[in-house]
Amino acid sequence: TCVQCLGDGNTSLQKLATSIVFFFCLSDVSCNSVEQKIYVELNNTVPCVRLLNATHQIGCQSSISGDTGVIHVLESEEDLEWPLSKGPNPPYMVLLESSLFTRSIMMKMKNESNRVAGVAVVVPNTSPPEFSPHTTCPNENTGVYSDNYGPNLAHCNTTVWNPRGNGLSYEEFDFPVFSLKEDNETEFIKQCYLDHNRAVNGSAPQYPLCAMQLFSHMHAVTNTPTCMRRNDINFSINPEMVCDPLGDYNVWGSIRPYNDTVFGHKENESVVIAAARLDSRAFFWEVSTGAEGSVSGFVTLLAAAQALREVTHEAPPTRNILFAFFQGETFDYIGSSRMVYDMENGKFVIDLDNIHSVLEIGQVALHSGNNLFLHSDPVSRRNNTVNDVVKNLVNNLQSSTAGLGFLLVEPNVSQPLPPSSLQRFLRAQPIPGIVLADHESAFNNRYYESFYDNAANLNLTYPSDLSPEEQLEFVTHTAESLTDVATVVARALYKQAGGDESRVNTIKADPKIVTQMLYGFLVSSNNSWFQAVMAPELKNILKPSPPEYYVGVAMSSTPTRLVQYLLANLTGAATNLTQSQCQKPDELPNESRQMYSYLWVQGIVPPNSTERDSFCVRASVRLTKAVSPAFELGEYASKDYSTWTESRWKFIKARIFLVASRDLEMLTLGVGVAVLFTSLLVTYFISTKADVLFSSTREPASAAY
Amino acid sequence: MTASVFFGCTFIAFGPAIALFLFTIARDPLRVIFLIAGAFFWLCSLLLSSLVWFITVQISNKESSSQQKGLLIFGVVLSVLLQETCRFGYYKLLKKANEGLLMLSAEETMPISIRQLAYVSGLGFGFMSGAFSMVNILADSVGPGTIGIHGDSQHYFLSSAFMTMAIILLHMFWGVVFFDSCEKQHWWSLAVVVISHLLVSCLTFQNPQYVGSLVPTYIIVFLVGLWAFFCSGGSLRNLKLCLTCKDKDFLLANHRPR
Repeated sequence: TCVQCLGDGNTSLQKLATSIVFFFCLSDVSCNSVEQKIYVELNNTVPCVRLLNATHQIGCQSSISGDTGVIHVLESEEDLEWPLSKGPNPPYMVLLESSLFTRSIMMKMKNESNRVAGVAVVVPNTSPPEFSPHTTCPNENTGVYSDNYGPNLAHCNTTVWNPRGNGLSYEEFDFPVFSLKEDNETEFIKQCYLDHNRAVNGSAPQYPLCAMQLFSHMHAVTNTPTCMRRNDINFSINPEMVCDPLGDYNVWGSIRPYNDTVFGHKENESVVIAAARLDSRAFFWEVSTGAEGSVSGFVTLLAAAQALREVTHEAPPTRNILFAFFQGETFDYIGSSRMVYDMENGKFVIDLDNIHSVLEIGQVALHSGNNLFLHSDPVSRRNNTVNDVVKNLVNNLQSSTAGLGFLLVEPNVSQPLPPSSLQRFLRAQPIPGIVLADHESAFNNRYYESFYDNAANLNLTYPSDLSPEEQLEFVTHTAESLTDVATVVARALYKQAGGDESRVNTIKADPKIVTQMLYGFLVSSNNSWFQAVMAPELKNILKPSPPEYYVGVAMSSTPTRLVQYLLANLTGAATNLTQSQCQKPDELPNESRQMYSYLWVQGIVPPNSTERDSFCVRASVRLTKAVSPAFELGEYASKDYSTWTESRWKFIKARIFLVASRDLEMLTLGVGVAVLFTSLLVTYFISTKADVLFSSTREPASAAY
Repeated sequence: MTASVFFGCTFIAFGPAIALFLFTIARDPLRVIFLIAGAFFWLCSLLLSSLVWFITVQISNKESSSQQKGLLIFGVVLSVLLQETCRFGYYKLLKKANEGLLMLSAEETMPISIRQLAYVSGLGFGFMSGAFSMVNILADSVGPGTIGIHGDSQHYFLSSAFMTMAIILLHMFWGVVFFDSCEKQHWWSLAVVVISHLLVSCLTFQNPQYVGSLVPTYIIVFLVGLWAFFCSGGSLRNLKLCLTCKDKDFLLANHRPR
């Protein structure tokens, strides 16, 4: 259509345009309203949202009608002077490249926040040398080390785990911070800045100026007890909730099934727990990739579970092995604290006294050199029984590396445990445990809990000429090294559970499965293998991008579902039940819903057909709720449990436009008022003198104006 | 562009119309009714022209921009002709209604003269036309941004407001001239009204050269206004009398009843 004419024609054109712009919209032609000439909506933005805990609020907040600021592209740290003091048109919306997204710049802007309307960070495709917005000592107040337990080890006094951490994720900003991708939209913004906002020869830039408006108004304030109290206020039929607790589900599975209805201590039952965590986070909402931070750990554990499947069917070990995947560990150990709480209160199938030992897989993908490290808790090892079991576990692990290319070493100083779910078990009871990690003291991960902890961080590269399906099958170096770790873990677990020594060397993890998992969890979750293992009603959660590992509040996060179905497929058995039997297995004599869970999965597409070969998987894999016990108990100010909540919001959007000078606006208003007064005066004058003015051809005896 | 621009543009566009309504129409309910009826007739003409527009756009080739521009010109011309036709239709209806009202009312004289009807109906057309022109733009002027990010001119709101003011005044003047020409059967002056309406509408194709469209439009407003003044009984002598405040003596001298 005649785009320019419609927008700037007046009178008849405008009348036509306005009356039929509605019809245009119906007939699928782009709506050319005035709004489109003013605003450019930014679609690929991610906000930073507000999170609250028992005492603080962190994250970002905008005002309820959005924050508008004149765009300023920051060139260096010295250039901050312009938005913070020298610039003549505050407030400014500062656009940062990722190299300038540092603590010092953000803190300076936080201090002068009346001149800063907001910040937009351009996230590049290549990662900077290091960046971690998390704190230097993750989860320091909810681990096991405190003033009562290993006081010299608490608060990272001996080892700083995340020295590169700048703590930005845990700061509070009262302006919005959005992230932009490096794409055409960002180019358009920078071009708008160059065209309108550049100061020429040191003089102030001329109006109209290019501005950006960010909307990310958060409803919750202060801290979790306040927002949970406000959730309960019932003024109307639809009460407004202001925040939600973070949480999801833990996934657990075992070699020998447990009856899901019988809780509490089980006599003569001794269990080896193998644990890993599922979640991670980033500064911005929901974009979290957690490649080294969490994916490396749980992929290794899944591969180990698969490696153990055959041997535990043929020669079952004396003790049971329980694979546990905890959600929400980033936010003060939500999942593991909930499982420990359930065990303490007899709400889980086993009890803390049933636990023989714990082996946790931490960050294992970045080994520099050829060693992996076995961390243990020095305080609990002062007890001889605990120490013996730990030494036994260390032996089992070290002897399992025979024939593989690396060694398992215990760190030489008396170090605390790194941040791990094992710490929550130790808080309840001294349990022997080992955390397997690739770092001896500080993390090797340069991007801990940041949006750069992605496939590139693990050097996950594929040859460029492969199609997505070929990439899925291609075994990368990373996959091979993780396969070796999984083999070690599986062998050690089997030995620890008292299995038959002669069969240990037959346990091998499958590199093909590991590489397929790495592809699915770090490159693209919508691949044929994940499609085959998922349920038909869940296939829409698979996307061409990797899944998000943020724990969230919706209790439906993708990684939990994926891990549940993968664990079921890798450790369970395919049955020949039909779909309706799969939903009601109790009607059959040998099947029991209490002992197993029955999942209908899509299956693969056979070569010569289009229908999927769906089948029913029977596995002893369960989900348990992973919401912090603080919310079950109503202790929102708890110091023992995680109290993290996420604020609610109405909408989040960003847009750019030009702003006119205040003078021009006031002039328009002035002219309008002048026109109104003049016309009132003139009309009054005319109407009072009307019978004189219009007297020439007046009909006799007709009414006056 | 914020509230100041919103109010500024509203006052510019609707200032004269509001003033006229307040001082000359609001007190007399009969005039209010005829004003609203006039607005409705304009709305009918818009409905018809947009129906035709919609159908022609659907059957046209949406990709070809020259065809779309041609269609736009055709739409404008058609809309103007339909508006004038509806104005004529309203005139006919009012003539009939006046006879009926005279029969029903107890007084001997008509409660409202045809000249007043001309003025009121023109103003009604103007109100509705101004509303459709301006309300959409005013709604968008409240936000923080102004036009220009895609390179358009910044003065869009101001020039729309001035154009709308001109159109409202023009509709009022055209109403007066139109009804007067119909009364006196001066068909040539009717044609001049239609041609001047077409001229003003086609001047808007000059946008975004706002000077090129606004200045000639205001010249036409002035000329048509002058013509309407003379049509409705004004003269230079009366004007001089009013301006020099000699009107009271004039009235006394002529013993006109108030």
